[in-house]
Amino acid sequence: MASNQDSEAVIMSDDMSASTPPMGFKVIIKEFAKDKLALGSLILMTVILVTVFILSFILDQDTVTTVSLFDSYLPPFSMSTDPLYEGTQYILGTDSAGRDIFGQLIIGARNSLLIGLSVTVITSLLGVVVGIMAAYYAGVIDNIIMRIIDFIMILPQLMIIIIFVTIVPNYNVVSFILIMSAFYWVGQARFIRGRALTVGRLDFISASKTMGTPTILIILREMMPNISSLIIVNLTLNFAANIGLETGLSFLGFGLPSNVPSLGTLVSAATNPDILENKAWVWLPASTLILVLVLCINYVGRALQRSADAKQRLG
Amino acid sequence: MWKTIFRRLLLMIPQIIILSILIFIIAEFMPGDPFTGMIDPNVDPAQLDVLRERYGLNDPLHVKYVRWVGNALQGDFGRSFNYKTSVLNVIGERLGNTVRLSLLSTILTYMIGLPLGILSGRYNDSILDKSVIIYNFVSFAVPTFVLALLMVYIFGFNLGWFPSRGSIDIQANTFWEQFWSRLYHLILPSITTAVLGTVSIIQYLRTEIIDAKVSDYVKTARSKGVPIEKVYSKHIFRNASLPIASGFGYTIVNLLTGSIFIERIFNYSGMGNLFLESINTRDYSVIFVLVLFYGILGLIGTLLSDLILMAVDPRIRID
Repeated sequence: MASNQDSEAVIMSDDMSASTPPMGFKVIIKEFAKDKLALGSLILMTVILVTVFILSFILDQDTVTTVSLFDSYLPPFSMSTDPLYEGTQYILGTDSAGRDIFGQLIIGARNSLLIGLSVTVITSLLGVVVGIMAAYYAGVIDNIIMRIIDFIMILPQLMIIIIFVTIVPNYNVVSFILIMSAFYWVGQARFIRGRALTVGRLDFISASKTMGTPTILIILREMMPNISSLIIVNLTLNFAANIGLETGLSFLGFGLPSNVPSLGTLVSAATNPDILENKAWVWLPASTLILVLVLCINYVGRALQRSADAKQRLG
Repeated sequence: MWKTIFRRLLLMIPQIIILSILIFIIAEFMPGDPFTGMIDPNVDPAQLDVLRERYGLNDPLHVKYVRWVGNALQGDFGRSFNYKTSVLNVIGERLGNTVRLSLLSTILTYMIGLPLGILSGRYNDSILDKSVIIYNFVSFAVPTFVLALLMVYIFGFNLGWFPSRGSIDIQANTFWEQFWSRLYHLILPSITTAVLGTVSIIQYLRTEIIDAKVSDYVKTARSKGVPIEKVYSKHIFRNASLPIASGFGYTIVNLLTGSIFIERIFNYSGMGNLFLESINTRDYSVIFVLVLFYGILGLIGTLLSDLILMAVDPRIRID
């Protein structure tokens, strides 16, 4: 690029590139290039996500949850003993009702991922809106919002979620997502408010206010871009946390309805000592998948976090 | 200080009242009642209705609430229909187990967290520090129930080192046998809790120590000729432990709450397991008192944390 220009211009452009800080995606790419573990996590995460979603289109939830009583607790790689399902091989074995573990693992992973994602999106949206409102208007509004948030934070959230799960009529996936979101947006709102408060006090915001810029424009065009990197980092870390939460609740039996496969439901078979000890193929793959997914997503989140904060960057 | 405490305690009263009303309303919506599970063909449904009437289950909500508060103020928190005894007795039986488990877990948490945090802050960017960072990352990310299950599977079943379920051996009779049996049952669950609980301790200590190392007061102390060990123990550690002190109120309160996941997986009969059993048996009176108890503990925890912070750092004034 510089070959046609004279040497002075080359020096100048070099100086320019040295003085302008790297922006946006470049920082993130640099960070991942520097941290091989983060790159590995990103690749592994992508591979798992793609495999799960492609396979879940091929597999059908109804076929996966078909009961076949002859095939109860078959170890991995065994052939079906049920004349109805002649010739099917269970790569990861079967559970108590003779359902294919591998199929349940894929569908369950898809469900867990989608629920984790929905809860993350809903809580972040609510959190960003409420948090920015509190920070922007400050004063009385901020006080009221923060009192409510503090109150919800003090509640024993896990217990109240469990109580809600048992009292909601027509309990289904949507109500589960809403119940979880109803309690976990407060942490988001608090976090976003903290960051937005510092941004809201900066001079250019005050300048904008005195110039008469409409509130909505100040929030969208001036405050949001300044906290967007934090929001993205927070989304990733919360995604991992919410997957852990959903699988945990399903594990306790207060998560997804029993007819919907989830990684947590698969793991919950392990509460039976016999299965835990002798039939590890039922719960070990799901536990491992949860572990790998959560670790990878968290690690990617940490790398993003570092690239959002110039002081912590490796690259 | 006393004025602050008094004011904060007064402020807690309306919060507790709102909390109790909310939980009371939620509990009212729970399907079924304590008699649902007892319906057997030999009992006349009309008889059950008479019982419901007598226990006041058919009264309107506010009547029930006022009656409950009136009784609670006299120390009567209701009766558990499942355990056929007063709620306080039921909770009292479990509280001991939970406190034992959380006490050991908390001690272990600090025993792991403090040295690792101090060492990784002092020798930052060493191999030790890097391993501590990795450990801290993993313990932050891993869901409790997955680790707990793996611990039971590996140490309880495959290696057979520890009992994997329960809180005490049936055969333990004498005091010492019971003591050892209890302790033996506690080891695996408390190690699991402790390993996962060190995240914030290590994180705070490490960053605070790294920040403090280059600060002026440390340079002054060093140039006065204070030995490096003393600088760390007297100067840096005291300042670096402030954020940990601020969380200590919650730690004290958490001694009473226990963990639902850990107690469920290790089949340990503490408060968390009591809650799950009460949910499954629709034992409202227990659920209600438990949730209220946890809520009040949360309030006390916040207050305690602020007070401890004030006591440790005289610069901080909270009102």
